[in-house]
Amino acid sequence: MQSEPLLTARGLVKRYGRVTALDAADFDLYPGEILAVIGDNGAGKSSLIKAISGAITPDEGEIRLDGKPVAFRSPMEARDAGIETVYQNLALSPALSIADNMFLGREIRRPGPLGKWLRMLDRPAMEKRARAMLSELGLMTIQNIGQAVETLSGGQRQGVAVARAAAFGSKVVIMDEPTAALGVKESRRVLELILDVKKRGLPIVLISHNMPHVFEVADRIHIHRLGRRLTVIDPRQYTMSDAVAFMTGAKRPPETAVAA
Amino acid sequence: MTEASARGGQPQEFEKVLAGSDTAVAQFESHDRTAVERLQHFLHSSPAAVPLIVLIASLAVFAFVIGSRFFSPFSMTLILQQVAIVGIIGAAQTLVILTAGIDLSVGAIMVLTSVVMGQFTFRYGLPAPVAILCGFGVGAACGFLNGWLVAQVKLPPFIVTLGTWQIILAANFLYSANETIRAQDIEAQAPLLQWFGNNIRIGNAVFTYGVIAMVVLVLVLWHVLNHTAWGRHVYAVGDDPEAAELSGVNVNRMLLSVYVLAGLICALAGWALIGRLGSVSPTSGQFANIESITAVVIGGISLFGGRGSILGMLFGALIVGVFSLALRLIGTDPQWTYLLIGVLIIAAVTVDQWIRKVAG
Amino acid sequence: MTISALKTALFCATAFGVAALAAPASAQEVGACLITKTDTNPFFVKMKEGATAKAQELGINLKSYAGKIDGDSESQVAAIESCIADGARGILITASDTAGIVPSIKKARDAGILVIALDTPLEPADAADATFATDNLLAGELVGKWAAATLGEGAKDAKIAFLNLTPSQPTVDVLRNQGFMKGFGIDTKDINRIGDEDDARIVGHDVTNGNEEGGRKAMENLLQKDPSINVVHTINEPAAAGAYEALKAVGMESNVLIVSVDGGCPGVKNVEAGVIGATSQQYPLLMASLGIEAIKKFAETGEKPEATEGKSFVDTGVALVTARPVGGVDSIDVQKGLELCWG
Repeated sequence: MQSEPLLTARGLVKRYGRVTALDAADFDLYPGEILAVIGDNGAGKSSLIKAISGAITPDEGEIRLDGKPVAFRSPMEARDAGIETVYQNLALSPALSIADNMFLGREIRRPGPLGKWLRMLDRPAMEKRARAMLSELGLMTIQNIGQAVETLSGGQRQGVAVARAAAFGSKVVIMDEPTAALGVKESRRVLELILDVKKRGLPIVLISHNMPHVFEVADRIHIHRLGRRLTVIDPRQYTMSDAVAFMTGAKRPPETAVAA
Repeated sequence: MTEASARGGQPQEFEKVLAGSDTAVAQFESHDRTAVERLQHFLHSSPAAVPLIVLIASLAVFAFVIGSRFFSPFSMTLILQQVAIVGIIGAAQTLVILTAGIDLSVGAIMVLTSVVMGQFTFRYGLPAPVAILCGFGVGAACGFLNGWLVAQVKLPPFIVTLGTWQIILAANFLYSANETIRAQDIEAQAPLLQWFGNNIRIGNAVFTYGVIAMVVLVLVLWHVLNHTAWGRHVYAVGDDPEAAELSGVNVNRMLLSVYVLAGLICALAGWALIGRLGSVSPTSGQFANIESITAVVIGGISLFGGRGSILGMLFGALIVGVFSLALRLIGTDPQWTYLLIGVLIIAAVTVDQWIRKVAG
Repeated sequence: MTISALKTALFCATAFGVAALAAPASAQEVGACLITKTDTNPFFVKMKEGATAKAQELGINLKSYAGKIDGDSESQVAAIESCIADGARGILITASDTAGIVPSIKKARDAGILVIALDTPLEPADAADATFATDNLLAGELVGKWAAATLGEGAKDAKIAFLNLTPSQPTVDVLRNQGFMKGFGIDTKDINRIGDEDDARIVGHDVTNGNEEGGRKAMENLLQKDPSINVVHTINEPAAAGAYEALKAVGMESNVLIVSVDGGCPGVKNVEAGVIGATSQQYPLLMASLGIEAIKKFAETGEKPEATEGKSFVDTGVALVTARPVGGVDSIDVQKGLELCWG
């Protein structure tokens, strides 16, 4: 792996009343890698991801992006810093078109007075870029970019959401359970999509419960347990059974594994 | 977990059969559609089509039954005049309903602003343009109150506007002492208040400025809703506010701006109302909220938010106008008009539900 | 058990306490209630004004109630119940639902309360002890006669539009409408029903809800039916003002005679301005003050008010207000009308 991590977190703490969701959690993401985050339900992995994506603000600890400390107060701020998240619910507006969805919140306006004064959208430019992005990710078969998202299948919607994140994510793409709601065939396509995004040089944080999927695409696996990082393992050196055993506490990880 | 450990990048055993299958993730037009499905898709992508068809069909039927007394330039433009106020209020209602809200206070805001415009001129002797600006200010303030309660305090729009409806209406009666300002006085002292009552005649067709204002307003809003980021955000917020928020839309600011704009449009309606009535009457517009919701619903705009076209609202208002004039000309009991409008509302919502199934 | 018993005891104590406090007050002075359809319509505002002034003069403790909108009978029922509970001696009511309110009225009368219907008779009229009202048939008749006399020979070929109140044909609507026909010389057929006439001079009837908006729309609709209309009978003056706007929009305002009923101040001013040819003025202030006097008398002597001779109710009077008096119809001029107007 490369020398310097792109995104790091040290000693994150988040408490909800008497429940401690994050208990001095650490996190490291290196450039160009796919890092899977796994953990049992309630282990605090979603709190970890929310802290990184700006959805929650940790009580303690520090997050650094490119070596500089950052403190996101909203998902918007994380996004502006280059961290894009594909949410489990995809955060798409079903009644809007594919292009409108991809540019929601960061529309392109017409040049000149039409855009400046009438604030008109530059639909052709938006559609062109949306189409280019989808093609790049092998989603060429989308014929009508003006079609409403609600007319798409689950996998197609996932594709649109991933394309949106890849198009705008300049530093990191976080994907929360991208295959959870999909069938076998569509899951396969989405996994390929994730590898395509990786090929473009963007590091990916993948949260998933699906061990085969995690072991298939991840470069490293961050195992979260009891509110903190238990270990990081290389999927080529451990089996899925090992990972599950670490996750559930059935087995203790060897000290060396943490280095990665 | 089985013993089968993973091999990075390799498909798993059970997935190997997929090699022969289709490799497209995003695949469209996957099967031949029946005519009904094609219709469903067409209506889904053109939400104003249903009310437009109903409007044209009802015009045709009544033109056939009643003849030239109904189907004349004069009568057609008369219908426009009769729906102008509801059309303007309906535009405000459309914006709010597109965000999955509802505004029961629109009529009250309209009446209050018209009273403010009138009383500020006559009671305090302000110049008419200043009084009109004050009216718009009051409209925006009422809208801001609604928007603030909905967006910041997070109360349901129905409850908020049920409350502000009563508050604004009571304020209107308390302030005006239910005093009517007569048309003759307004004409003599502040004709600007009646400006929307002026008209342009083309042959027998009469277009009041109020009618023109309604049409221009609807077209402008249509453009804004479809071709600006703000407009797209209105739909996104109504569709799924959480998704919109995560996509980078400031949902609270958006809702606030929608309610304030709705208040301003109601003030425009208040001004146009003076043009229509000649006088300032605190008792008018009692049913404007229900009438505007009727126009919106018949116009195929979903009460669940995020779907529909403002042009549909205009067609919906015109359908109601066509039915009420035509049935009066035929000479039926006025109750038949209400009965038929009731049928139209239920039919419109049924069609809406059916069209929405396309999303499946 | 103990707790609920305690609660009951507390509640009873409170209730008795309140009753004990309230009782002396009602024993000392006569209580009366005024229940109007709304408290926004100037007609009812004037009524309340008349009742309040008279009550103060006679030392009567008056409480006013009103429906939220015209037709809100539930609020009126609740008001009657409050008045019974309050120990009032008399109720003055303009009922929104003249038939539906009767069972509640009966409860009040059974409790020994004098009930007087103001302005609007109940159905049946004798459900109340007395009715103090305008003779609406006469009011219509006066403007009908005036219109016929003003047109002279032209009355034979008049084209008349009727702008009524609501589709349900409330009594006041029927009386004014049919009264106009009677005065104008149209065969009314069934005098309890609007719309059964076959006189060719009638262009049509439409409803206005008694406001400007409705008046304008109804006038536009009827003009579409027959643009040669030259007489318009309107249920009240706001409807007349709306009708005038519609006529003005097509440049017909000077060829059409508009008559109305009510006598509110803006209406009388519109008579002065020539918008309305003539209007029959009624006197809500008088209705209310006479009503209060009747309650006072009833409280002191137990005597109930007697109906005006030859009528089933106490007629509080009506006068024709016009700037153009005609022979054979008594009228008062605009000046006098403005002195007596309400709203």
